[in-house]
Amino acid sequence: MKVATVFKLGQSATLRAETKRPPMPMLKVAKYAVYDILQNRFVLAYMLFLLVVSMSFFNLENDPVKGMMSLLNIILIVLPLVSIVFATIHLYNSYEFMELMLAQPLRRSDIFMGQYLGMAASLCIAFGVGVGVPVLIYDGSGSGAILVLCGLLLTLSFVSMAFLATVLSRDKARGIGIALLLWFFCTILYDGLVLMSMFAFSDYPLEKAVIGLAFLNPVDLARIAMLLQLDAAALMGYTGALFQHFFGSVTGGGISLLAMMAWIVLPLWWAARIFQKKDI
Amino acid sequence: MKHFFLLAGFITLGGIPSAARTWVVAPGTALANISDALAKARPYDTVLVQAGTYRERSLTVDKPLTLRGEGWPVLDGETKYQPLSIRANFVSVSGFQVVRCGSASMEDIAGIKVYKGRFVYIFNNILEDNYFGIYLSGCKNCWVSGNRLQARGTVEQSSGNGIHAWKCDSISITDNRIAGHRDGIYFEFVTNSSILRNHSEGNIRYGLHFMFSHNDTYQYNTFRQNGAGVAVMYTRNVTMTQNTFAQNRGGASYGLLLKDIQGSHISDNLFSENTVAIYMEGCTRSHFEHNIFQQNGWALKVQASCDNNAFRYNNFFANTFDISTNSDLVLNVFEKNYWDKYEGYDLNRDGKGDVPYRPVSLFAMVSDQMPYAMMFWRSFTVFLLDRAEKVIPSLSPDNLRDLAPLMKPYVTRTATQ
Amino acid sequence: MLHVQQLSKTFGKIQVLSQLNIYVERGQAVAIIGPNGSGKTTLIKSILGMVVPEEGTILFDGKPVGLDAQYRRFIGYMPQIGRYPDNMQVGQLFDMMRDLRQAAPEGLDEELIHAYRLPDIYHKTMRTLSGGTRQKVSAALAFLFDAPVMILDEPTAGLDPLSAEILKEKVGREKQQNKLFLITSHIMSDLEELATDVLYLVEGKVVFLKSMQALRTETGEERLGKAIAKIMEQQRH
Repeated sequence: MKVATVFKLGQSATLRAETKRPPMPMLKVAKYAVYDILQNRFVLAYMLFLLVVSMSFFNLENDPVKGMMSLLNIILIVLPLVSIVFATIHLYNSYEFMELMLAQPLRRSDIFMGQYLGMAASLCIAFGVGVGVPVLIYDGSGSGAILVLCGLLLTLSFVSMAFLATVLSRDKARGIGIALLLWFFCTILYDGLVLMSMFAFSDYPLEKAVIGLAFLNPVDLARIAMLLQLDAAALMGYTGALFQHFFGSVTGGGISLLAMMAWIVLPLWWAARIFQKKDI
Repeated sequence: MKHFFLLAGFITLGGIPSAARTWVVAPGTALANISDALAKARPYDTVLVQAGTYRERSLTVDKPLTLRGEGWPVLDGETKYQPLSIRANFVSVSGFQVVRCGSASMEDIAGIKVYKGRFVYIFNNILEDNYFGIYLSGCKNCWVSGNRLQARGTVEQSSGNGIHAWKCDSISITDNRIAGHRDGIYFEFVTNSSILRNHSEGNIRYGLHFMFSHNDTYQYNTFRQNGAGVAVMYTRNVTMTQNTFAQNRGGASYGLLLKDIQGSHISDNLFSENTVAIYMEGCTRSHFEHNIFQQNGWALKVQASCDNNAFRYNNFFANTFDISTNSDLVLNVFEKNYWDKYEGYDLNRDGKGDVPYRPVSLFAMVSDQMPYAMMFWRSFTVFLLDRAEKVIPSLSPDNLRDLAPLMKPYVTRTATQ
Repeated sequence: MLHVQQLSKTFGKIQVLSQLNIYVERGQAVAIIGPNGSGKTTLIKSILGMVVPEEGTILFDGKPVGLDAQYRRFIGYMPQIGRYPDNMQVGQLFDMMRDLRQAAPEGLDEELIHAYRLPDIYHKTMRTLSGGTRQKVSAALAFLFDAPVMILDEPTAGLDPLSAEILKEKVGREKQQNKLFLITSHIMSDLEELATDVLYLVEGKVVFLKSMQALRTETGEERLGKAIAKIMEQQRH
């Protein structure tokens, strides 16, 4: 049975909706997101961890290059893990905050991007202080700058993936599962699979394909950028020509940077699209 | 040193005979041509050449003479001729700019070429854009010192060597700077000679190319950014110490290529940022001590048929791979080296690790087979594979171990940068 | 003022709202009632834009509720369970909301803040508050911006009798200001006091939307609960 009643009572008053939006609502949301994240103290612990680890690496190794090699492992493994898991958990925990925001005159995209900016800024600052400062003090070379840049880009990209994992599932446990899977895939599984297929097809000239495959994984992109710095000598053997010509050239470097940006923008864009239509 | 005193004696005494004259050659004077002066001069005279450009095709010195330039006179080969040929003993040449010698495929044309000279002394000259720079053929007791050689060749075929010595004995090549030639310094059938304090950089092929040259010494040289580094081949009893081999990078580039070498000493050298610091093949009874290997792609590539070599007190820092090999290297000794990748402990505090170090990593072997696998180096997956291999060695040679790795770097006499 | 047209929404296989049509105006206080799962909260969330409906439109003051969030400037919302960032202090929460809504200080209605003595607990974090205190915070926040449309989801649940009374009095006063109220509650006596109209939902459909007056006349019952029971009875026949 359907009863559709249109009920009218009282005078129809027209509200003059102000079309002017408050200035930079996204940044405001970001500000409060950062505030909320900093309350958590985890980011502070993460920053201290990075600081202690970097300082000890540089102090234990008399050669700053060796220190950077050790740091690279942290950046390729621990940083993605912390970024994606922490961002995922925190975003789930911020649902009430988002709910509160959504009842306010704020656009969904502003809320979502504000959250992203807040999370990305917090983790980037933690990384910048924890790793950037020691690298600057102990190394201060161009490869140090590239190491820090790689770390920052990886942080952004794994926070993007965390946001995607969060919007893909309403269930927190499943979302964290997706996040861990993404991490595992990018850091371990992917390289294993490519290596295995390389062995399987070792009779074929696969150099170009291998370069192409690197673009499908942000961790590999960052790793190769550092490889060019730390292991330039070895890379110039055999395949050196190809690698050096590609990744070492301005065009190759530009393409790598673009690919890295895509790894930041695409997951975030996809997540934002889902969030736009998501029921809270 | 022996040569030095001989030469010094020759130079000081050479001026004393009462008959000796000095012929001054200068443009616009009665004696405007060097060739006239060379014709008029008597043995042991001095020909003093003033500033100016001399295009006299091919000059030949055929008697003992002191040939000296003042204000850097230019001997121009006009890309057709060999500017200066020396076919006599007791000749000294200094202070000239020798430029643009000719090139030919049949004959090795050089800026300055010495034919079967004894006690020929070539010093403080500038050689630019020559095919070969200074060429010693069948010489003995000659000295090439303090010259600057610069060529601008781009391909091997169209350029010659900087300092080229063939069938010589007891010669000294010291304090020269050589760049842009095919090989910076080339020795073939040269014995009992020394190469000291030279700087060979940016040559197309080898910084130093060394074949069938026994009992030679090279020390304090720097070989940097040469196309293929330094090659020492088919030679016995070479002493290579205190040299720097740096940034020789590329697909077939080595800091030092040793092929069929016996009884040689390679010590106190610095190998830095080379694709392969030392590549050795058929190398026997040689000693490698106190060398520093830093930031090389491979510190050592030891191929089959290397035996009875000893590696002691070397320092390995931040190399991508320490050693790769295609054999099990049982007959070589690795001990008391410092390996920065060593993770063992030293409970008895004797400065040596208590567990052996295996310098060959799994991935070094893999990337020898499949070079482009190199792209996965430093990946966590590869790290795990390497770890697994360290625990249960399956591919890497079991006997290749440093049984007493040093806990701290050995303090060497190497001149570090 | 608020016009809901053909609104449908499913969660998975469950049809939560089914072709809903509602029109309400300022000056009305609409009690939204219905059994559990009848779609009350979903309707409210749709109006707030938190739930995106599959079909239908919601016109707020003649404009469709969509990507533009500005219409929410005119809505005060008190959720069923107020959930706030745990680590935030009460005072900070109020500051943040003022900041986010860009409200001018003179336009603020701080009556409930003072009635509930909230300034005394400004330094406490949200985590430490009891459920009732949270509800007080929610209520104070909802009324803070003097919005012409007020949406209250189970407003008195969890409040102690005195606080509930304060809230009801506040609603009573605000009703006089030509505002639109949408109120859900399971407590019929509260609704009886507050509502001018009743919207009855069952399984995501509008059973009726009538004025309190009409309802009483039709059924001859004074009490809201009984009146509704009677209507349901009639409709079954």
